[in-house]
Formats: sequence, C-alpha cells, structure tokens
Amino acid sequence: MAKGFVAINVERCKGCGFCVEFCPTRVLTLSSAFNTKGYHPPNVMAAEKCSGCDLCGMYCPDFAIFGARYAR
Amino acid sequence: MSEQTLEIPCNIPADAVNPVEPFLRMDRMPHIWCPGCGIGTTVNCFTRALIDSHANLDKVAIVSGIGCTGRVAGYANLDSFHTTHGRAIPFATGLKLANPELQVVVYSGDGDLFAIGGNHFIHAARRNMDLKVICVNNLTYAMTGGQTAPTTPSKVISATNPYGVFEPAFNLVALAEAAGASYVARWTTFHVKQLSRSMEEVLRKKGFCFIEVISPCPTLYQRRNKMGDGLDTMKYYKQASKIRHGAPTAECDLTKSGEIVVGKFVDRDRPSYFEMLNSQMTETLGDRYAEPEVMCEQC
Repeated sequence: MAKGFVAINVERCKGCGFCVEFCPTRVLTLSSAFNTKGYHPPNVMAAEKCSGCDLCGMYCPDFAIFGARYAR
Repeated sequence: MSEQTLEIPCNIPADAVNPVEPFLRMDRMPHIWCPGCGIGTTVNCFTRALIDSHANLDKVAIVSGIGCTGRVAGYANLDSFHTTHGRAIPFATGLKLANPELQVVVYSGDGDLFAIGGNHFIHAARRNMDLKVICVNNLTYAMTGGQTAPTTPSKVISATNPYGVFEPAFNLVALAEAAGASYVARWTTFHVKQLSRSMEEVLRKKGFCFIEVISPCPTLYQRRNKMGDGLDTMKYYKQASKIRHGAPTAECDLTKSGEIVVGKFVDRDRPSYFEMLNSQMTETLGDRYAEPEVMCEQC
C-alpha cells in the first residue's frame, strides 16, 4: 500500500523531466504520449512506491505535479 | 500511444490541491517561463516557506523588477507590484518606510538587481533596510536575448560576446556581505529543501537579507554554450555544488563549469534602519521626537 500519491496536471507540463530525475523512489517515468502542446508529461510507473514526499511538487517549475501523503 | 498511458493509477483524494496553487493567480497560468527554467522551482520553495513560517499573507508584499524573474510579482496571489527596471528595491524601501508592519520581499533577477539596480542594492544593504531580497541568478539577461550581464562568468559565449566573455563577473554574495547585509545565502534550484528553509529563516529575520538562487536558463545560456538543457544543468548543480556554511564569500566566485559553493555565508545582527533612525533622533531631539506611526486604518 502506497503511503502517498502523486497528482499530475498533464496539460500544464512542459516536459522538463525534473520530477522524473529527482524522485527519490523512482515513481515516475516520462510518457511517450504527448499533451496538447506537444510535450511528454510524466507518467506514474510505480504508484505503490510513492512516499508522498512532494519533492516532485517542489521541483516542478510549471506547477503541474504534486505529491501528498494519505490522511491516516 | 493511447490516451490510457496518461491515466494515473493511484487514488487521488478529490479534495487534493497543489499546495502552490493558493499562492498563484491561476488565471494567468501557464506561465511564460521556458521548459527547464528554474524560476518556477524557486516560486515553489517560496510558497513552501510562506506555509511553514505561518506568515500573515495580508502583511506580505512582493516587489519585482523587470525580467523573467520580474514576472513572479504578476503570478503571485499576494500584494505584489511589478516596478520599473532596476527600481524594485527603491519601491520596496518606500513601501517598508510607509508601513513598517509589512513584510516586504523583493523577488527579482540578477540583471535587474545588480546591473541597472546595483546602486540601490548596495545602499539598501548599507542602511540595513528590513527587506528580504531573493535574486534568481541565471547568469545572463534572459528576457532580452542572452546578452552579457554583470554576473556572466568569463569564457561564456553570449549574444554580445560571441567570442567569449572576458570581463570579470560580480560575486553577488561577496558584494552583499561587503555592502552590509545581515543574512547572505546562496543555493541552486537543485537545493529545494535547503532553499525553502533559508527563505523561511529570512522571513523570520530582521534586517537586510539576501538569497542568491542559481537557476538554469536553458534557452539562452545553456544552449548557446552547449551545456545541455535544464535537466542537464540540474545534474551539473547536483554534482558540482558543495555546501560550505560560513565560507568566506570572497572565495565563492562562480565559473563556467567549476565548483559552486552554496550555503549560508552570513547571519549577523546589525541595527536596522528604523533603530538607527530612532536612536539618532531621540539623542538629538529628545522629547520633541515622536516615532512615526502607521496611520492606515486597514493595517
């Protein structure tokens, strides 16, 4: 059971790849699909590994992704 | 590939909101910053610092100058003002003097704060005016097309120096310390946690505080110098930066591809502008002097 979740606003993404590179538990991968502006947004590859640390949200320059822990 | 790859397989609570969104004017999104630009990352850190410091948002004002980083004032959903080029600090000084209860944050770029506004910066630091200056340093004039800025390191190719920059660059942290700032720190956009903690410290500290944030400019600086994109620059920051708190700022010069010394260099207490004003006036005028009061009904 994952401790946290990651939410992605696909259309706001500009495909810089910061979240994919710096996710400490390697939850994300760059998708091969395009968004409407032609960028490759990230895709959740291993949702069960997400710790909800929100590091992706702190790195994202486009405010397109964030993580949070599930309320207990 | 099919649309299905974009579906997110984890359970997102319906009320989950990006923590940065309450601090932004969402009608202005998406912003104009390039893919891989680090300014958005610094905005994330600033909002986390505002959350963690429990600052009263009605009493926080952001002042920006002109440039890519100058857009922050337009995107932040706080009391914000986008001033003329280089005049962010004079405007902020006036704001602080008129209403000393305000927490005034100057959020601007290196070209704005140190090229056209360089004089204002050193004098605000000398007076120890109670301002929090966050300088996003992308080492070039990004909005106008990548010309040589006072912070561009030597050997770098820029629009106005196609054979390489030969002028020595400003060392911003040394400049701030020499001019008299109370708090001086430098981070890169890779150090998000440290940067946000530093911003939080600054929001609690009195006096002139300065944080330099080294940020990638993939479109104009990195591309022209064949240094890759924003992600490659972030990897370079991760590999080349060295945290040395309290290091002598004179040794913290930036080079094209050398080591980046980051950390908190100066944290000292000096009498602020208001304290110096009040003590001098009380000494000279005695009972005839009354401390200025905030007259605004709403404050």
